[in-house]
Amino acid sequence: MATAAKKNSVKPLARQDENGIPPKRLEVLKTYKIYIGGKFPRTESGRYYKAINKDGGVLANLCLSSRKDFRDAVIASRTAFGDWSTRAAFNRGQVLYRIAEMLESRKAQFIHELILQDIPASAAETEVLLSIDRLIYYAGWCDKFQQIFSTVNPVASSHFNFSVPEPTGVVSIIAPEENSLLGLVSAMSAAIAGGNTCIILASYSKPLCAVSLAEVLNSSDVPGGVVNVLTGKASDLIPYFADHMDVNAIVICDRGADVTRLVQEKAAINLKRVTIYDQINWLSDDGQSPYFIMDLQEVKTTWHPIENIGGSAPGY
Amino acid sequence: MSPTIVVNLALTHLIMPQKIISAQPDFSISPRVDQVGIIERAARFTKRSIKNETKLNGLLLTLNMIDLTTLEGKDSEGKVKQLCYKAIHLHDTYQGLPTVAAVCVYPSMVKTAKHALGNSGVKVASVSTAFPSGQSSREVKLRDTKFAIDQGADEIDMVISRGRFLQGEYNFIYDEIATIKEACGDARLKVILETGELGTFDKVRKASDIAMHAGADFIKTSTGKISPAATMPVTLVMLEAIRDYYYKTGRMVGMKPAGGISKSKLALHYLVMLNETLGEDWMNNQWFRFGASSLANDVLMQIMKAKTGIYQGKDYFAID
Amino acid sequence: MATKKNNTLKLKFESARSYAPAPESRSAATINERYELFINGKFDKPQGKKYFDSINPATEEKLSSIAEAGAADVDRAVKAARNAYDTTWKKMPGKERGKYIFRIARMMQERARELAVVETLDGGKPIRESRDFDVPTAANHFFYYAGWADKLEYAFPAKKPQSLGVAGQIVPWNFPLLMAAWKIAPALATGNTVVLKPAENTSLTALRLAEIIQEADLPPGVVNIITGAGATGAALVNHPDVNKIAFTGSTEVGKIIARSIAGTNKKATLELGGKAANIIFDDAPLDQAVEGVVNGIFFNQGHVCCAGSRLYVQESVYKEVLRKLKDRLETLIVGDPMDKNTDIGAINSKEQLNNINKYLKIGQQEGAEMYQSSVPIPAKGFYCRPTIFTNVAQSSRISQEEIFGPVLTIQTFRTEDEVIEKANNSPYGLSAGVWTDKGSKIFNLTTKLRAGVVWANTYNQFDPASPFGGYKESGYGREGGLHGLAPYLNLS
Repeated sequence: MATAAKKNSVKPLARQDENGIPPKRLEVLKTYKIYIGGKFPRTESGRYYKAINKDGGVLANLCLSSRKDFRDAVIASRTAFGDWSTRAAFNRGQVLYRIAEMLESRKAQFIHELILQDIPASAAETEVLLSIDRLIYYAGWCDKFQQIFSTVNPVASSHFNFSVPEPTGVVSIIAPEENSLLGLVSAMSAAIAGGNTCIILASYSKPLCAVSLAEVLNSSDVPGGVVNVLTGKASDLIPYFADHMDVNAIVICDRGADVTRLVQEKAAINLKRVTIYDQINWLSDDGQSPYFIMDLQEVKTTWHPIENIGGSAPGY
Repeated sequence: MSPTIVVNLALTHLIMPQKIISAQPDFSISPRVDQVGIIERAARFTKRSIKNETKLNGLLLTLNMIDLTTLEGKDSEGKVKQLCYKAIHLHDTYQGLPTVAAVCVYPSMVKTAKHALGNSGVKVASVSTAFPSGQSSREVKLRDTKFAIDQGADEIDMVISRGRFLQGEYNFIYDEIATIKEACGDARLKVILETGELGTFDKVRKASDIAMHAGADFIKTSTGKISPAATMPVTLVMLEAIRDYYYKTGRMVGMKPAGGISKSKLALHYLVMLNETLGEDWMNNQWFRFGASSLANDVLMQIMKAKTGIYQGKDYFAID
Repeated sequence: MATKKNNTLKLKFESARSYAPAPESRSAATINERYELFINGKFDKPQGKKYFDSINPATEEKLSSIAEAGAADVDRAVKAARNAYDTTWKKMPGKERGKYIFRIARMMQERARELAVVETLDGGKPIRESRDFDVPTAANHFFYYAGWADKLEYAFPAKKPQSLGVAGQIVPWNFPLLMAAWKIAPALATGNTVVLKPAENTSLTALRLAEIIQEADLPPGVVNIITGAGATGAALVNHPDVNKIAFTGSTEVGKIIARSIAGTNKKATLELGGKAANIIFDDAPLDQAVEGVVNGIFFNQGHVCCAGSRLYVQESVYKEVLRKLKDRLETLIVGDPMDKNTDIGAINSKEQLNNINKYLKIGQQEGAEMYQSSVPIPAKGFYCRPTIFTNVAQSSRISQEEIFGPVLTIQTFRTEDEVIEKANNSPYGLSAGVWTDKGSKIFNLTTKLRAGVVWANTYNQFDPASPFGGYKESGYGREGGLHGLAPYLNLS
């Protein structure tokens, strides 16, 4: 098959066959929108870009999100944080499990989208299945990591003293360009399993699964605002992801030294916690662990006096 | 404000008996005390370093605040007379020492003590109300008190019915104290809470509040017959109760820790605590007493040390 | 029985402040005329041959001349640390490392009195606090972390902890020795070597610690202590061969550090400012709460990052709490830090005193009502009476900005929700206090307050086993306890 012909045949924007004859049934195309506060608006900027595969075929028009979209997403995230962070950890686990269920039921679509974005079929399938399993993995951690990383501290005075991890707050996540689904799912799962809410910037070159994942989230008991997904240009958005005063932490995946430096400099404005995931093999077991959850946790230590009357107590 | 309000509602008195609501505070709710916090605070007073003239003044004041006490089954006239002599003549080789504040005895010894002390200014305090357990009838307690007063007691140290208190019968305790107070006439009433039997600081605070509202002139920690007796934290709880009561009513109430204070250093810690909790107005024997039998000699030894620079020996100080 | 209300009643505490002087003996410690840099196990002159004065803030007298480390000295210190790391410390078995740290702890205990005297002379804090808190807690910190040195793998399930290399550590002037211990002890236990810079106002106890480290035969270069001001600190932070920065100080400088290490692989722990809420509910044990408030804000002259500087009192007990607090203020003795009875010593520096006074003015200009105790203060030296502001709004600068002095703002609240929102309404999140007798309320508050340390029915308690550190702009990373190990390790 000629290259030119293949280019023209790429779905979903192909409207005619090679001979220019319309199909018997016109395919309904999906509009890829962004996801903010549980809703699917178009970008307020009205701007878009074309997702193109390696042969130059246009896959879809994607929102070129603006800083105002990000601002709205932060508001939605902050609003959602109170409820999400104080939910029973068990319940968060159930919600993550539900995401996995939904993704499982739509895995063909995700595999298809990955293939459209130039991922070989077998790799696409692996990535989707691993993404589902990763959600399950973190679903299981929701009500366990606190037990691993909490301590009861034997202080010398008559006080009960314990330290527990708590979510750091609103997290902005720059998902990796490659492993556009699995990388995003991994970073997102660790963040929300720990009770954070997040705003994710999807892979620019492979954005389709991110938007479709938002649809999965929307149908799987994840409260609106807990996860917000934007598409667009990293260079436009990263500065805002890094310096917004109401964002508590930022995760950047595989963005190179210059961007990392920029993010760290800008994040200093309100001492955002900066987590850098460079060259993590998301496909391996190194791509998952409760330590990823802990990257977005604060440790809180609580003291309370212990009354000590009776026995050998000298106190009364 | 009148102490009682007679509720006489035209409609309700037909179906229910006329009800008298006392204006005494609701003692079921009293201020909370955190044990660890109060112990920390009490310990902080012991960090004050009392030196030189402050120390000497404190020691002299301590002597003057002592209720020299003998409360034993084997107390006799002879013993009480000797004690009274000591109360006035603490250590005659040192001129200018104060006397103790009072001598504290059983009712049967009041007359003897009163006679022995003469016009020295040292008061006679008598325990009463079936001291130390208080396990008798209101009638017997009242007669016990009246007997002591008739014998010439200047001060009455009563005990509260701890069993009833722990049963939650706070009004009973209130009435008990108010009744004895009435019987005391001009004699000042010290109310012994026996804190060692109350179990928690919250209860000590509650008992203090009840005693003060019922008319106590002093509140006192212990009989000396139960361990623990006075401790700094327990005394601090009571001092804070006195302070709050003072701000609420304008009436000063005295404090008497008793039992277990036998060293001058500890007595000075108590005075620091008093000084920094209730202030100068309480720093005299009108408002603060130490109930103690062996404290005086330790204080005397410290005073002699301060005066001579030489550490003292027990054999040089008469035991009573 | 009459219950007469009398608002004019007042307890008198004049005598509570006129105890005879009880000074600690200055002869318990000798202070050299001049102190050099501690590099590679030796005391060494700075290459720039520059020295600066260290003064006693209680008397404004000069105590000593302190070497000022320039960039070349910083480089020498980092090289010494690197060399010690590569040649000895990294390879040393944990249990041997631990024994060195234990030894340091013991030697600090042996020289406790001397350390306390130096700390008080140099920094102005009351000798009672140096003696009973700073020095013993510092020694305990070494003792606690010593035991971790050979047990690190138990702290991090499924990971293999590895030391980072050279740690550059910068400590503030409010707890000079204790902060040095907080920094050095975990760094050594985790197998790192150290270059530590004390604050320029308070270098002396860190240099004493250097002597102890020398006496303890720690291999040369494992701990280097270099003195100097901001420029020295900046040279340390920016040195390319430093792997880890641990800083305690202001949020402003913390941000500068965060920016300057951007793009490097340096890990950072930042313990920064705070503006902690201390919350009293109407069912609280009020006398202990008031004591907690006093400890919370007047401990160490209020030079405490976790000071409970914003007091929130439920309206129904506001008058009572205020009255108790004012009475308590009257019994606080301000004056000679060397006197064992002093509760509030000297403000650490003239600069800091000016800063505090600036806020006292701002508070009054904002319409808040200022109350200061009537305690007399010495004519010479830097002193500030304990101060409370009432009639303060959430939006007042004095209730938003860290004053770092004995200055308390008081606001009232009505409901639980209201006070949680107000308490969290701050860019800081280091600590908080809650006072109530109700257990379920405590847990509601301690869960919802966004702060790294929450004291319930107590305040300003510290322990080597207890992690310390902030949320939000109070910094990141934890010091103390098991969680204090992680910032000094790579986990693979």
